[in-house]
Amino acid sequence: MRPDLLRLYRMMLTSRRLEEEIARLWREGLISGEMHLGIGEEGIVAGALDHLGDGDAVAADHRSTPPMVMRGVDLTAIVAECLGAVGGLGRGLGGHMHLFSREHLAASSGIVGSSGPLACGFALAHQRLRPDRVAVAFFGEGAMNQGMLLESLNLASCWRLPVLFVCKDNGMAITTPSARVTSGNLPDRVRGFGLPAVEVDGGDVEAVWQAAGEAILRARRGGGPGYLHAACVHPEGHFLGDPLRRLVRHPVDELKDKVGPLMRAVASTSGGGVRERAGSLAGITGMIGRAAAMRGRDPVARLRARLRADGGGLEAVEREVESSVQAAVRAALASLEEVPA
Amino acid sequence: MRELTFSSAIEAALAQAMAADERVVVLGEDVAGLRMNLYARFGESRVRPAPISESAFLGAAVGAAMAGLRPVVEVMLVDFIPVAVDALVNQAAKLEAFSGGRWQAPVVVRATCGGGYGDGGQHEQALWAWLAHIPGIAVVVPASPDDAGGLLLGALAHGGPVVFLEHKLLAEDWLDFLGAGGRTNQVYDIPPAGARGPVPDAWVPIRLGASRTRREGGDLTIAGVGVAVHSALAAAERLSAERGAEAAVIDLRSIQPLDRTAVVEAVRRSGRLLVVDEDYRDFGLSGELAATVLEAGIPARYARVCVEGTIPYDRRREERALPNIERILEAAERLLAM
Repeated sequence: MRPDLLRLYRMMLTSRRLEEEIARLWREGLISGEMHLGIGEEGIVAGALDHLGDGDAVAADHRSTPPMVMRGVDLTAIVAECLGAVGGLGRGLGGHMHLFSREHLAASSGIVGSSGPLACGFALAHQRLRPDRVAVAFFGEGAMNQGMLLESLNLASCWRLPVLFVCKDNGMAITTPSARVTSGNLPDRVRGFGLPAVEVDGGDVEAVWQAAGEAILRARRGGGPGYLHAACVHPEGHFLGDPLRRLVRHPVDELKDKVGPLMRAVASTSGGGVRERAGSLAGITGMIGRAAAMRGRDPVARLRARLRADGGGLEAVEREVESSVQAAVRAALASLEEVPA
Repeated sequence: MRELTFSSAIEAALAQAMAADERVVVLGEDVAGLRMNLYARFGESRVRPAPISESAFLGAAVGAAMAGLRPVVEVMLVDFIPVAVDALVNQAAKLEAFSGGRWQAPVVVRATCGGGYGDGGQHEQALWAWLAHIPGIAVVVPASPDDAGGLLLGALAHGGPVVFLEHKLLAEDWLDFLGAGGRTNQVYDIPPAGARGPVPDAWVPIRLGASRTRREGGDLTIAGVGVAVHSALAAAERLSAERGAEAAVIDLRSIQPLDRTAVVEAVRRSGRLLVVDEDYRDFGLSGELAATVLEAGIPARYARVCVEGTIPYDRRREERALPNIERILEAAERLLAM
C-alpha cells in the first residue's frame, strides 16, 4: 500500500490553514474561551483518517477541528461554530470543543479520555449494524492516565471491537510534563491489555498512514482493536494563550507580577526544607525550559518538502486550499450577522 | 486590613493553613504551575502535581483524609468532578454514616465553576445543587475575597468532604487561564467587589452554613451565591432608585449546609422570595429554598431566575441564559406587583 501524498497534503494543509485562521480570529477577540488547536497533529490525523470511508466513525478530543476537516465536514460550519454563529455546525451552541457531525458519525468532547468509551460504543454499533466499519479514537498521552480510557482499552480488547486508538503524544499533560505523571511505557501498557501497539513518528504522515492502514484493515476483518502511538509537537502549547508559551515568548512581561511572590514564597520563614524548596524551583524552571525547547517536526512542512522534491501539483493544491479556507472564513464571519433567536 | 484579589485571598489563607498544619497537602492537575508559590514554599511532598486521573487522585485524597492528612484537591473545573464522582458520592459522603459517626474524610475539593466568558456548556456549569443533593457532602460558593479565604479555612475545619467552588468571573487567574489567555480584547462582566476587596491580616475560619446578609430590605428577599449575589445587589440598587422598593440580599455562602433560618426569617418579614441561581433551575437550590419557606408555613410570593438548559457557547445567547440583572429586575417587578 502507498498513500496518495498529494491528497494527504491537501487534507493536512486545509486543516492547518483553517486553524491558523481560527487562531487569528481568536487573537482578534472574535472567538471566546479556550482554543485548543490541532496544529502539529495533522500528520497523525490525516494518516489515520485517510483510510476511513462512509459509515466509519470518529471520536475526537478537545482538538477536534482537524478530524472534522479531514472527514469532510463543511469548513464554513466549523469556523461559524467557533464564532458562535447560528450557521455553525451546532448552531453556535457547542463551540470549538464540542463539534458534532451526525452525518459523519463524528463527535468530540472537552473531557479528557472520553473519546475512548465513545469510540467503543461506535464500534459496538458497527458490529451489529455496519459490519466491516471501524471507529477511530483520538486522545493525547495525558489521557492515557484517565481511567475511562484504560477501561476502554480493556473493553475493546475483550469484545474485539473494531477501534483504532490513536495516542497523539506531545509530552505535556495540560501544562505538566507527562513524564512526571506517567509510569512505565505507554505502548507496553497497551500491550498489557492484549492490543497490538505500534509506535510511529507523528511528524511523518506516510509512516502513520502505513501503520494506521494495517491496524484499520485488521479491525475491519474482525481482528479487534489496535493502538497507534505517535509523537508530535504543539507549537502553541495546550491552548492559545498557554501560560508556559507566553512565559517563553515574553518572559519579562509575564514574569514581572510572578517573580516577587515566588521569591517571597521561596524565602518564607515557614514551609519546606531548603532541599525541598530547591527541588521546587528546579521543577518550575524545568517546566519553562521544556516549553522553550518545543519546536520542529512540523508534519505539514515535512510533507511539503518531500512533495516539492517529487515535483508537480503542489502549487495548484495550495491555491485551492487557500481559496476554500478564505471562502469559509468570509462566509462564517458574514453568518455572524444573523441574530440568534 | 489589606486588599487582595479573590484568588490571592484563597492562596494566602491556604498558605496560612499549610504553615500552621503539616497535615494540609495540595494535590491535583497542574498544581506545580497553578500554585507555583505554594509549590516553591512547601515543596513537592506537600504540593503534588497529579496525572489527569481524577478518579484515582480524588479517591486517593479521600483515603489520605481518612488516614490523617488534610488534602486540598484541585480538579480545575467542577465539570470534571463527574469523571470522579464515585470518590465523593459513594465513598467520602458515606463514611461518617457507615462508621456510625466514628470516622470522617476531611477532604477539600477546589474547583472553578460558572460561566460568562464563552467556554461552552461542558466547562461553565455550576453543579452545586447536584453535589449538595448527596447527604454528607458540603458545598461552598464564596462571593468575595474575605469570604473566600475565611470559608477555605472553614472548609478545612469542617470535618467531612467539602467542595469549594470558585467562580471564574471572580477568580482572575482562572479567567485568564480559561478565558482571556493573555488577550486584552475580551469583555467580562466582573463584579468589582467580588474580584477584589479587603481581607483580614490573619485569616479566621468562617463556619459553613452561616449566610451573610449583603443588603437589608423589607419588601423583597433575594437569595443566591457567587456572582449571582453581585447581580442581585446591583438589581436591588436599581429597584431602590427606580421604584423605592427595598430588597434584602442574602449571600448563602454554602449550599450545604444551607442557612435555612436566615432565609425563613427574612421571607417572614418581606413575604417575597426571589432566588437567583446560576445553577440549573430544575431539582436544585431554587426549588429547595421554595420548599424551605413552604415548610415553615410562610405564604410567600416566589420567583426564581436560574439557568434553564445547557449553557450556549455563543456569548450573546450565553448572556441571556445566565441570571443577568434584567432577568432579575423583571422577576422582582412581578413579585412586587403581586
